Amino acid sequence: MQLTGALAWVGRQATAGLALVGAAAQFVWTVVRSIGDIGTWGPLTALQVRRIGIDSIPVALFIAVFTGIVLALQSSYTFTGIVPLYFVGVLVAKSVMLELGPVLTGLALAGRVGANIAAEIGTMRVTEQIDALEMMAWNPVSYLVVPRVVAGIITFPIITGLALGAGIGAGWITSISLLDLSTQEFIRGVRMFYDPFDLRYPLIKAASFGAVVTAVGALNGYQTTGGAAGVGRATTRAVVLSCMLILVLDALWAVLLL
Amino acid sequence: MIRLAGVSKSFGDNHVLRGLDMTVDAGSTLAVLGRSGTGKSVLLRCVARLLQVDEGSVEVDGRDMVSATEEEVREVRLRMGYVFQFAALFDSLRIGENVELPLRRAGVVGDEVRRRTDEALDKVGLQGTRDKFPADLSGGMRKRAGIARAIVSRPDILLYDEPTSGLDPVTGAVIDGLMVRLKREMGATGILITHDIQSAFRVADRVALLNDGHLHAEGPPDDFRASEDPLIRAFLEGRAELWPGETSTGDGA
Repeated sequence: MQLTGALAWVGRQATAGLALVGAAAQFVWTVVRSIGDIGTWGPLTALQVRRIGIDSIPVALFIAVFTGIVLALQSSYTFTGIVPLYFVGVLVAKSVMLELGPVLTGLALAGRVGANIAAEIGTMRVTEQIDALEMMAWNPVSYLVVPRVVAGIITFPIITGLALGAGIGAGWITSISLLDLSTQEFIRGVRMFYDPFDLRYPLIKAASFGAVVTAVGALNGYQTTGGAAGVGRATTRAVVLSCMLILVLDALWAVLLL
Repeated sequence: MIRLAGVSKSFGDNHVLRGLDMTVDAGSTLAVLGRSGTGKSVLLRCVARLLQVDEGSVEVDGRDMVSATEEEVREVRLRMGYVFQFAALFDSLRIGENVELPLRRAGVVGDEVRRRTDEALDKVGLQGTRDKFPADLSGGMRKRAGIARAIVSRPDILLYDEPTSGLDPVTGAVIDGLMVRLKREMGATGILITHDIQSAFRVADRVALLNDGHLHAEGPPDDFRASEDPLIRAFLEGRAELWPGETSTGDGA
């Protein structure tokens, strides 16, 4: 009896999981089809670039600056007496560019941008605003989702680029002011193992994070049911799922590109 | 003309509409009365294909809405105005921008947009609110703004989902007067979903009572008012005895 119950539970979960994957695939397909409707989403994208991109810069820079400071201090602590101290520059630059810059920025923006999109579109769903768009013959996906996803793909790499600069800059200032390191030594470390791909790699990752965070936020908002409580659930689900997918994508890009 | 035949719609085990048949003649307004949960709003959403029916057919001016493609549905919706229960205005847009949306979708450009928006706002008595946000308006004004948005593209079909619910009687009467005037001026075919019996009698050419997913009765307001049908009498007098599991004070209150 217990075994039957357990099997039934597994079956229900599997069915629900497959339904979720199916709904997500259908949603992504709808988004892709709506890209042709540029007359609708084009004019709305500039506003989303400002809201998703420019308004997110302070939080991204804040995180990057403190990451750079801590990286410089921790690498100095680890290297002292073992490795030449200019390797602080190597570690700060490589860590910020390849991993911490794009991933921490992505996670922070999953909270800020993903939650915002899920809550906004979810509220529009439960207050019939999306139905109103449909009744006015607008395509709600072109109107609400595509501008946000396009803005995410455009702005996440820009924000990440700024975060990389801020993180390395903070590491440099920390190195020359708190550690026994000169600017020349820090730059020597930064340039030591530098490859132009080190700059392309985080930007590629950031663009994919931008697509995932905005699409997951929009999908969860779009499928919201159940009033204010439903909006809360959709928002939480969007942030958790976005963070998980960022980490999965991070590993995937490492396997594919490094 | 709007025609529903054998329409059924369920949500899980909840069978909301059960083989509903209904016709609304061109240029007339049908008020659909019924208790909460009898599927009045579901019926309206099926007409606009915001919901797809499980069985049956829905025709709007000869177009089969059940099998229509998305593009065909959009074409029909361009000729429809839908007044939502809570107006469904976009919070981030000003009233003028909200009302302009159907025009912009229909390809209207330039000064014509402003002229027709102002005309729609004038019709619902909301002159001077163009630059306000929905949050700056009262509930009644928001509903009127929702009506302005529904009529701005001069639709052939108007669908009202409880436009007077939650309003005080005076504001409700103002909205009723507005609907009557719009019907006279625009000659649109209309469906009015409402709990408000007085509103239904004031606005509609015909009144229908929906019960248990079926159309229980339909007729002109005077016939409806004079009907001896027990369920109609119970509904009009606010008596709950005829509905299983319900009781009332027995005084019609």
